[in-house]
Amino acid sequence: MADTAVSTNVSSTASLRDGPRGPKPRRTFSRRNILLYGTLFVIAVYYAIPLYVMIVTSLKGMPEVRMGNIFSPPLEITFAPWVKAWSQACTGLTCKGLSIGFWNSVRITVPSVIISTIIASVNGYALANWRFKGANVFFTILIFGSFIPYQVLLYPVVILLREIGLYGKLAGLVIVHTIFGMPILTLLFRNYFSSLPEELFKAARVDGAGFWGIFLRVMLPMSIPIFAVAIILQVTGIWNDFLFGVVYTGPESYPMTVALNNIVNSTQGVVEYNVNMAATIITGLVPLTIYFVSGKLFVRGIAAGAVKG
Amino acid sequence: MAEVILDHVYKRFGNVTAVKDFNLHVKDEEFMVFVGPSGCGKTTTLRMIAGLEEISDGTLKIGDRVVNDVPPKDRDIAMVFQNYALYPHMNVYQNMSFGLRLRRTPKDEIDRRVREAAQILQIEHLLDRRPRELSGGQRQRVALGRAIVREPKVFLMDEPLSNLDAKLRVEMRASISKLHRRLGVTTIYVTHDQVEAMTMGSRIVVMKDGLIQQVDTPINLYDKPVNKFVGGFMGSPAMNFLVGTVEGGSIKSSTFNVTPDAELKQKLQNYGGKKVYLGIRPENLHLSEGANEGNSIKAIVEVVEPLGAETIIIASVEGDQSLVARLGSHIAVKAGDQVNLVADPDKVQAFDLDSEANIRFS
Repeated sequence: MADTAVSTNVSSTASLRDGPRGPKPRRTFSRRNILLYGTLFVIAVYYAIPLYVMIVTSLKGMPEVRMGNIFSPPLEITFAPWVKAWSQACTGLTCKGLSIGFWNSVRITVPSVIISTIIASVNGYALANWRFKGANVFFTILIFGSFIPYQVLLYPVVILLREIGLYGKLAGLVIVHTIFGMPILTLLFRNYFSSLPEELFKAARVDGAGFWGIFLRVMLPMSIPIFAVAIILQVTGIWNDFLFGVVYTGPESYPMTVALNNIVNSTQGVVEYNVNMAATIITGLVPLTIYFVSGKLFVRGIAAGAVKG
Repeated sequence: MAEVILDHVYKRFGNVTAVKDFNLHVKDEEFMVFVGPSGCGKTTTLRMIAGLEEISDGTLKIGDRVVNDVPPKDRDIAMVFQNYALYPHMNVYQNMSFGLRLRRTPKDEIDRRVREAAQILQIEHLLDRRPRELSGGQRQRVALGRAIVREPKVFLMDEPLSNLDAKLRVEMRASISKLHRRLGVTTIYVTHDQVEAMTMGSRIVVMKDGLIQQVDTPINLYDKPVNKFVGGFMGSPAMNFLVGTVEGGSIKSSTFNVTPDAELKQKLQNYGGKKVYLGIRPENLHLSEGANEGNSIKAIVEVVEPLGAETIIIASVEGDQSLVARLGSHIAVKAGDQVNLVADPDKVQAFDLDSEANIRFS
């Protein structure tokens, strides 16, 4: 019904103005489009090929891997390399696969992310809104701290952890991650909170809220995007960390990245490329999942924090 | 209900003194307006009263209590901000009740007060909405409602109408005045708009560069400005200023000769031969038929603005000084004409060239 009504309408007006109407249609294969999509396609392939090779190799058996056709899809799909990577691959002396490292990483990442995000958000809030005496000095020191290369601090931190009895333990690594995440996270939160209208903070003060009341009931509900950014930064950063993991933990508490390195670099007889590939993919799955799930939030939060600073 | 007393209050930011020696006694139930150009310290003073800025020197009393070191939440004040400052994640009801919830007011009491305030402000139908779903005027009402429900001793308003369009501003001006009459709460209102100040204030504080220029009722400020700044700031179109020389009690130049009333004449005795500013409000100028030697200003009309009820003419005196006159409704004057204007002798002001103080009241 609606369609006919519209079409009669159109025909009646069409009698007034003949010829095609509306904006000039764009050609799908214009030079601009070919160049644009061509470039994008080449870049996409460039980035996708290594991942493709990893996935197909991880699904092949060793005989097939030895044939050397790294681009060909697996003739016979097998998940044995994945199982082996997860539970049997040898990391140095033990042969329990990545599973131990995975759980170590979880035990390191979860508390580090939670603690560092909470502390940094309160830091940022205090720096942005309360401007206590010496706030600028404190902030400068914090930012300066983020420019000190980690290598310089490695050994002093070893001694520090040894003195407080946490060297080689998961808790020690959690503390290290929390501290080293502090400058960038505090900066992130401070800039975000400064970008919120100052009057909201003042209105809340006049309304009767104190330091924590304003933080929990006014600031927090408005800062979900920036929390998403902070959590993503921290999860991927801590999960992918290798240096701190290898330095500050012992063989039983190595995080997943160190376990992966040990699997890949252990040379006992043949190099099992398929197992190595599977192990690498498994290790990368956590950050990959986080990006996929929260990519939109991430972009929104980064933009929100960046526009006004 | 309470008085607000500021006694020798100063505010310093580093080397800059934003507010200097501020003395003011705001009476109970008074509607006090702070007015002045931007950067004059009016908002800073308001924030000191709110407790959002520390007081560098002096004492501040709300009621009988010195509140210099009392945090804002314990001062029993409510504040309305220029950009409304509504909490974006709460609906209107939650916004208005936030202060009461923080004070652990009983639920039914909160509900009663919020609904009462909503009814006064005619926003009952908006209670479930979020601030982003409201228009500017509605947001402004919610911000007022948030202040009302607290039933504070003092309302502080920081340019609450500057973000509204002209029509809405006039409407809200009247609503706020009505609200003040109805609730009778001491109110301190900051604005840079002299029309708002004149129409709303029981008394007005005119500020400039951190200093109080004059505190008085709107009409007194208008009729008896203590200096050139106050004279020029209050009133629209603004007061005209011409530079002339005092000779025998009159203020003269090559093109004008204005003789004031006896009161000012007497005060001008000390200024014989000196230059002064002559201040005349546009409505105190009238067209004169013949050349009146004793009291006239020769001017060339540059722009004629017929507004129906009145005609505004903008004219030039001695080529470089401009003069605005507010004349009757139908006037046969056109651009380029030379006119003779006569000033009301008792409404003429004279200001010292250096101190800019009003000579009539010195």
